[in-house]
Amino acid sequence: MNFVIPSFLPAIPEIALLTLTSIILVADTIWSKRHEFATYYATQFALFIVGMLLLSNFATEQTLTFSGSFVRDSFGDILKLFIILISMGIFMFSREYLLQAKFYRGEFFTLGLFGILGMLVMVSAHNFIILYLGLEIMSLAIYTLVAMRKSNGKALEASLKYFVLGALATGMLLYGISMLYGATATIQFDEMAKVIASGSADDVVLSFGVVFVVIGLAFKLGTVPFHMWVPDVYEGAPTAVTLYMGTAAKIAAFAMLYRVLVEALPGLVADWQALIIIITILSLIVGAVITLVQENLKRLLAYSGIAHIGFLLLGMIAANPGGYSAAMIYVIVYAITALAAFGMIIALARTSSEFDMIADFKGMNKRNSWLALMMLFVMFSMAGIPPFIGFYAKVLVIEEVVQAGFTWLAILAVVTAVISAFYYLRVVKVMYFDEPDDSTPIEPVSRQLKWAVSFISALLLILGLMPSSLITLCYNSLA
Amino acid sequence: MTFEQFIFYILATMAALSGLMVISVKNPVKAALWLVLTFVSTAGIWLIAQAEFLGLVLILVYVGAVMVLFLFVVMMLDINVATIKEGFTRYYPLGVLTALAIFALIYLVVGPNRFGLEQVVPPVMDGNVSNTLSIAVPLYTTHVYAFILAAVLLLVGIVAAITLTLRRRSPETVLYQNIDKQVKVRAADRFRMVKMDAVKKEADINEEEKD
Repeated sequence: MNFVIPSFLPAIPEIALLTLTSIILVADTIWSKRHEFATYYATQFALFIVGMLLLSNFATEQTLTFSGSFVRDSFGDILKLFIILISMGIFMFSREYLLQAKFYRGEFFTLGLFGILGMLVMVSAHNFIILYLGLEIMSLAIYTLVAMRKSNGKALEASLKYFVLGALATGMLLYGISMLYGATATIQFDEMAKVIASGSADDVVLSFGVVFVVIGLAFKLGTVPFHMWVPDVYEGAPTAVTLYMGTAAKIAAFAMLYRVLVEALPGLVADWQALIIIITILSLIVGAVITLVQENLKRLLAYSGIAHIGFLLLGMIAANPGGYSAAMIYVIVYAITALAAFGMIIALARTSSEFDMIADFKGMNKRNSWLALMMLFVMFSMAGIPPFIGFYAKVLVIEEVVQAGFTWLAILAVVTAVISAFYYLRVVKVMYFDEPDDSTPIEPVSRQLKWAVSFISALLLILGLMPSSLITLCYNSLA
Repeated sequence: MTFEQFIFYILATMAALSGLMVISVKNPVKAALWLVLTFVSTAGIWLIAQAEFLGLVLILVYVGAVMVLFLFVVMMLDINVATIKEGFTRYYPLGVLTALAIFALIYLVVGPNRFGLEQVVPPVMDGNVSNTLSIAVPLYTTHVYAFILAAVLLLVGIVAAITLTLRRRSPETVLYQNIDKQVKVRAADRFRMVKMDAVKKEADINEEEKD
């Protein structure tokens, strides 16, 4: 029995996050009675510490530890850093939302932190068991967050739908993983890639496993035809939780997709590429067409999210490092834009109204011209209008997919992008050219939120004017 | 067919049939009991596969603890079976079709021509392998990361369950113990000395007599 104690150094951010979360979990019961916001500040502080730890020894090369079940590389570090940054924004918006909705509770933040821990674990996973555990930690936290507002029937319905369908999806994923394990006799990503490359594994069992794994992943990403839960859950969940699911969790889901398809199954590229092409075409079309008739802004963003995931998958279809980097940029940009969009809804939501209908934004320009301008930034970035960053994200994935020889897919993507521009511009039109029903000026619930929304929306423009740093960062990490 | 195979087929049939009963019986208590039978027969299969530890743990933990607890919960809940089954008959044909299609697929791929005993020869083990040891050592060494994460998952499960079921009552309706207050309390807060004459004044006595 010769076992060497593994190096804990690469996993320090995760260890710190788990420790701090556990402390906050216990401390919350003590201090929540006296200091209402102590848990919130502790949460932000914990995230800040983890972010600093990540930055302080930023990975430049791949390190494996815990017997090859944990990987630290610059791809993972960039995604983790964005997850942490976006989560800090999420919690800031969430606090105000919870206060307005009158269900402010410390558990929201501890469960949120556990979910983030699950995301970090997923990003760093290097075998299927770790990937599965990270996914489950994240999902369990989200199911609970959705159901936390017990008095709201819609939220409970959303939670139950999400839970049942999510369990089904993980079942599919696990079944696929067991097939892959049966064919290759390993669960570690790099070893599985080696066994598949050597050709000793049974092809039929492998492709059977790939189908189930891709279905499970597609379910978690919310792509067509596994998208039925997305609009209902986004609409039913409290906006703070929608924000959580639609931004940080999407980055983690992308990391999962990359780790499984590219690191474990590069030998089966022909199999999964064909599946992803079908999923992408359907997602692009459904995401563009069904969104046209949505009146609820959260529902609209849910369907548009499906279309955005379709764009992201274009990068995966290219099946080369350039394509993966483009997809990585796309998911980061999408997460930031969605943060701004849902943040806007939260900033304007009051106890009396959720402010999530498109009609609520009628004549926004006359009620608060600054916020209307910020919302215009967000919508333009989502639609992919230059000079906003959304434009570059779309250009990059389309360029990569054209270079990989799928010109027809690129044409389809551009057509759906034009269709989807209609509903983004419709929000802008409603804000600027419609008469408001109620012309009293409207202010965000707090000044802090006004600054936050303005900052994130302005970031879309600034990144759009200077996109090179983000692009080189992502391209270098996967080169 | 060897004796081992004969036992295996008996146990496997039992597991499959009782599994079918779990989802088809109307009474949830009976369903839970059928699930116990599924576990027991699966434990038997594990014993045949020389995984004694897993087999015994399945019986001890799942049958002995989890299912008993589950039975208590099911018995305490007043579940209206008719309403649960309402959607079932409606989607019955579709469900059966899907199940059959998936079964056919799985049979083709995982069937005897790929994972049969001729293809996958069971490893020959010498009698001295300790099942418990060969699970415990990797669990606490190579798979320690996964082990810790599984613990975190359970912790999240506990937090989630408490979050969803705890009903906080306001401090006015519940008497909480405030230890700070209890420690800081002084005699003067609890006990008030009132100065009084030892006997009633004469004037008062006269008034009472008048009444």
